[in-house]
Amino acid sequence: MNSRPVLEAAGLSTSFRARGGRVARAVDGVDLELGRGEIVALVGESGCGKTTLARTLLGLERPSAGQVLVGGVPLRYDGRALKAFRRRVQLVLQDPTGSLNPRHTVYEAVAEGLRVHGVAGDEQQRVVDALSRVGMRPAERYFLRYPHELSGGQRQRVVIAGALVLEPEVLVADEPVSSLDASVRGEILALLLQLRDELGLSVLVVTHDLGLAWNIADRIAVMYLGRIVESGPTEQVLADPSHPYTRALLSVVPESHHLEPVVLAGEPPDPTRMPAGCRFHPRCPQLASGEAAAAGVDGECRAGSLPVLPASKEHAAACFLSAARQGMLTD
Amino acid sequence: MTLLQLEDVSVTYRTADGPVPAVRGVSLELEAGSTLGIAGESGSGKSTVAATVLRLNPASATVTGRVLLDGEDVLGMNFGRLRAVRWAEASIVFQGALHSLNPLQKIGRQVAEPVLLHGQADTRRGADAMTRELLGQVGLPPRLASSYPHQLSGGQKQRVMIAMALACGPRLIIADEPTTALDVMVQAQVLDLLTALVHDLGVGLVVISHDLSVLGTTCDRLAVMYAGRVVEEGPSADVLDRARHPYTRALSAAYPTIGDPAARFAPRGLPGDPPWPGDLPAGCPFHPRCPEAVDVCRTEDVRLRPAAPGHQAACVHVAAEVTG
Ligand SMILES: Nc1ncnc2c1ncn2[C@@H]1O[C@H](COP(=O)(O)OP(=O)(O)OP(=O)(O)O)[C@@H](O)[C@H]1O
Ligand SMILES: Nc1ncnc2c1ncn2[C@@H]1O[C@H](COP(=O)(O)OP(=O)(O)OP(=O)(O)O)[C@@H](O)[C@H]1O
Ligand code: SF4
Ligand SMILES: [Mg+2]
Ligand SMILES: [Mg+2]
Repeated sequence: MNSRPVLEAAGLSTSFRARGGRVARAVDGVDLELGRGEIVALVGESGCGKTTLARTLLGLERPSAGQVLVGGVPLRYDGRALKAFRRRVQLVLQDPTGSLNPRHTVYEAVAEGLRVHGVAGDEQQRVVDALSRVGMRPAERYFLRYPHELSGGQRQRVVIAGALVLEPEVLVADEPVSSLDASVRGEILALLLQLRDELGLSVLVVTHDLGLAWNIADRIAVMYLGRIVESGPTEQVLADPSHPYTRALLSVVPESHHLEPVVLAGEPPDPTRMPAGCRFHPRCPQLASGEAAAAGVDGECRAGSLPVLPASKEHAAACFLSAARQGMLTD
Repeated sequence: MTLLQLEDVSVTYRTADGPVPAVRGVSLELEAGSTLGIAGESGSGKSTVAATVLRLNPASATVTGRVLLDGEDVLGMNFGRLRAVRWAEASIVFQGALHSLNPLQKIGRQVAEPVLLHGQADTRRGADAMTRELLGQVGLPPRLASSYPHQLSGGQKQRVMIAMALACGPRLIIADEPTTALDVMVQAQVLDLLTALVHDLGVGLVVISHDLSVLGTTCDRLAVMYAGRVVEEGPSADVLDRARHPYTRALSAAYPTIGDPAARFAPRGLPGDPPWPGDLPAGCPFHPRCPEAVDVCRTEDVRLRPAAPGHQAACVHVAAEVTG
């Protein structure tokens, strides 16, 4: 059982009913594994389904197809099973303002999880430890503050402290440090690495910050319009991206100078209207430039069907062009 | 005339735990058609400065100093005048403002509301057309007008907030962490959009962000705050490439270069505790964490001094003889 991934998405899809009776396929066939003590970064453009995937993995949304597996066992959605699950798997939400109760002090916010789950022991000491770890020191001085009396970054740290106080096995964190300045950011990322090394914490971190992935992630999964389009070890994906979308993403990062910036044109993707063929084809620079045609795959790009990228630790991309090029290399 | 001028502004919050001096004597200037970036530590007072410009501070805050908008002191305005200013002249995109969207109302209605209120359009149809245009300006497809906020992703909501700030055609826009929730692609688009407003319409723009690379690409000038004060200020390129304050240097160093083996599994922070505003250390407030501190830093409360023409920093290592 220990060899099974702690958290796993198997053919996972989550849809919403959208305007005019249409269906928004926010997550549309995802295979993803999070191993024990592993840090995986999930990156991708705004609206591609990252938060929905994270929420589904936590049992906050019911999948419309596929399964969430916990240590190899399908997640059960009855109240007791979910409560036990939520002690082991903690969520840090994208927006700290929304996840803090405005009428709860910092102390109450951090202690709440301990109370809900009936954790025995010195509550105050646990709260102090959790707040200190996220850089809110001296912790006692923040106890009586309300969320509106904190800065944006301080609120986010309270949310992270509230998740860590339960000593979870898995942390799913949605943009956990994007509202923090560089110095606190570094401290919190270092803390995640330390918890992984010392306690075997597993982390799925949703982020648009590729530098963060470079700092802490073992693996990266790149999402586009409800699917994982590329995944693999961080070094390989960032040093040698295969999918045209990943390349475009990397090219606009201010810190990466070796790629010609590609600002993607075209309408942002709409999960109620999946393009035929490769979902990225309407915006793909490699298709537009004729590279795909030169490799003889342009027809497939527009109309072929791309298989779901399997959950594997190897570097792989769901792209006809990169598959054709790989084939040429191995032939 | 200078569009926005802050003179020795201080803001102190009353709390159960005593006073919190969040902003301590900040002076800044912004010309129409230019962009000022404010960077700094979390909790250093950036959002408090933003709120003070339109006097949107909570009742627990005491504000001193002067905030001049086109030469007129905002802190002395009566409420009617203040309201007119908030409508027609300046708007703020608040940090984390995604929550101020009404969950029960469609996006289009919410964007159309300020358009109608401010008389930018007389009819609902005119307002709808303008709403679609505003959504387009921030890179959102017009179809989102008929969605509810919970149907939008975080980044989409952030762009709706920017569209609403643009609705009344303000002359001054303050954007507090406008791109924090956005992916790099959309971030580049939003910053391009804000920059275009500055150049084409002569809008004055203040961008608050903890991300120096975001500010570097957008702003003419940059101010860095630490513990309620501006500790460095000057032309963006100078502040980024020739930082004179050790805190500014620490901030730039903390961002990893992708592909740099030294940063792999080694996130860099700034050691030591962030300052507690109610209980600041004597001398330079940064000295307990400063890698370059010398004895005098423990006692001398250093204020901004000229470091190069148009560039100042509050550090004892900045030679006092340079005059700018
Ligand atoms: N409750 C809902 N009803 C209808 N559509 C939804 C709902 N929640 C999300 N969506 C849509 O699903 C898509 C994915 O949204 P999601 O919040 O997962 O994106 P994201 O990748 O987290 O984006 P961001 O980086 O901006 O936070 C978006 O197009 C969004 O508009
Ligand atoms: N209403 C309030 N009552 C008491 N203290 C407050 C209040 N609002 C802010 N503070 C405190 O004032 C200081 C400055 O807060 P501010 O929100 O201006 O910081 P910031 O620079 O915007 O930080 P961030 O980057 O985290 O958003 C912080 O120490 C914060 O805890
Ligand atoms: S499959 Fe074709 S369209 Fe899709 S990313 Fe690859 S080259 Fe571009
Ligand atoms: Mg999201
Ligand atoms: Mg702030």
